[in-house]
Amino acid sequence: MNIHLIGKHEKDPRPCRDGLALTLNEMMAADPSICYVDCDLMSCINTKQLRKNYPDRAFEAGIAEANGAGVSAGLAATGKKVFFHSFGAFASRRCDDQIDMSAAYAGLSVRVLGSDAGVSAAYNGGTHMPLEDGGMYLSIPGATVIDACDYDQLASVTRHLVEVEGVSYTRFVRKGVIRVYGDGSDFTIGKGVTLRESGSDAATIITSGIMVDESLRAAEALAQEGIAVRVIDMFTWKPLDEELVCRAARETGAIVTAENHNVTCGLGSVVARCLARNCPTVQEFVGVQDLFGQVGPQDFLMDEYGLRAANIISAAKKAISRK
Amino acid sequence: MNEKKCKVLAAQIRLETLRVIHALGFGHVGGSMDLADLMAVLYGEVMRFDPKNPRWEDRDWLVMSKGHAGPVAYATFGLTGYYPVEEAYTLNKPHTRFPSHTDRKLTPGVDLTTGSLGQGVSTAVGAALGNRIDGRDNRVFCIVGDGEADEGQVWEGFHFASAHKLSNILFFLDKNGYQLDGSTDDILPHGDLAKKAEAFGLYTQEIDGHDVMAIYDAIQKAFAHTDGPSCIVLDTIKAKGATFAEPKREHSSQPSEELWQEALAASEKALQDIMNS
Ligand SMILES: [Mg+2]
Repeated sequence: MNIHLIGKHEKDPRPCRDGLALTLNEMMAADPSICYVDCDLMSCINTKQLRKNYPDRAFEAGIAEANGAGVSAGLAATGKKVFFHSFGAFASRRCDDQIDMSAAYAGLSVRVLGSDAGVSAAYNGGTHMPLEDGGMYLSIPGATVIDACDYDQLASVTRHLVEVEGVSYTRFVRKGVIRVYGDGSDFTIGKGVTLRESGSDAATIITSGIMVDESLRAAEALAQEGIAVRVIDMFTWKPLDEELVCRAARETGAIVTAENHNVTCGLGSVVARCLARNCPTVQEFVGVQDLFGQVGPQDFLMDEYGLRAANIISAAKKAISRK
Repeated sequence: MNEKKCKVLAAQIRLETLRVIHALGFGHVGGSMDLADLMAVLYGEVMRFDPKNPRWEDRDWLVMSKGHAGPVAYATFGLTGYYPVEEAYTLNKPHTRFPSHTDRKLTPGVDLTTGSLGQGVSTAVGAALGNRIDGRDNRVFCIVGDGEADEGQVWEGFHFASAHKLSNILFFLDKNGYQLDGSTDDILPHGDLAKKAEAFGLYTQEIDGHDVMAIYDAIQKAFAHTDGPSCIVLDTIKAKGATFAEPKREHSSQPSEELWQEALAASEKALQDIMNS
């Protein structure tokens, strides 16, 4: 792991999806065993170039996710390293049984990519807004679940995904996001990243995806009030970095989880299970509170569902008061 | 093609399929027994495989998309040298290598895991695609049930296979006319399955699924067609050769021991009759 933090809360002019698309393009040039399957959404994540550059290894399954997932598993059975993409809502709900039985249960590795994580589905609305996709993949035994936060993290994760055995699911945002990490940052799947810590932290915010920047803003605002909090980017939800969670719990005594996902079945849930088993600690859950998505700009949705630094600040104060 | 040898193997597969299920006393007799003739042609005359090296990369693949027909596959693999067939008598017992539905992680000879219906079509297509990418000349044989054809995924897979002109895959549609709750005409009538398969771009033939010569000839014709995928609709009798299950075309059976003994005796006699013919 080799991380460079930007710390400026500035929007990245590069669309996040290119962290995936350009990296995969390089990987496919170097490794002829990599295949790519998409469900008529290549244009959305700039992977049409893969079909152009590698027509014998990058396939359109059309708007047929169940079959696309199965074809991916079959390719894996012949030794191919397969990446499979659809919008997160469909890369989970529309092919859950296929990924579960044809790939995971069968012991075949398929790297599923779900774009438009959570409220970033914005103008496509509630029908396309994956708020349970991570939970569905968490429920598959042995699956790896990742919520990437920006271009460089997504690029690094993409590079490492070929090493992951079994089914993995990576959710990410298509458009430009606030840049958290600098060029060349390299992540280890399964290891959380401590972005901010001190000897006097009163709580820890454990977060991922678009909530990483909100969490950093919250920590800065709390510092202004004289409250030091730790911030961990837990981009790998499963396998969870339990050691890091437990150390944060022991050292700071209060946990806030912040996720762009339904709190019933996501990052907050896996952290809570870890805490309950190892070191019971007060926890507050920032995220979508068991609601469906809806249509609108992402900023509106983040306000609507309480996915803001202000919500994290309140949750942190509440957690600290419950110690 | 040695017709008698093939018929003997089919009778052996029927007998062993019954023995495999009898060891537990109950199971999916119907959908297994009707495939014995096809399995005899495939493993006796058509397919390239090495029981000592089940994952040999140039092997022909078998995908039993109607995964509940596991017992007929286990009987066939046992009779063709993958393992002593008696090992499969542990069907569905704790920690067995022979589960109800075919599982690539457990049983030598099983190439893809099936059970949730429709899925084997897509994975078989993926395997055919992967083999083609690597320039291998091996073939994928995928067996689909007629009840299974209720699943939309079956047709998604056919659509994809024909769009990608996969001439290295052959689907069998086992038209036994029955599914779990009754006849396919009663549950969800398909109309003309062969015409539907043809409409999805598969070069399709319909034959008597218990005539080993017809099966063999149809397979040769299918692979002579090199523009894309093929399909053979097999007209079969569900539970064929299982005396307790055939009259009612049972999907799963749990007969009394007396009925089991009657069925096993009839199956042994059928084998003797063919050997003596
Ligand atoms: Mg049937």
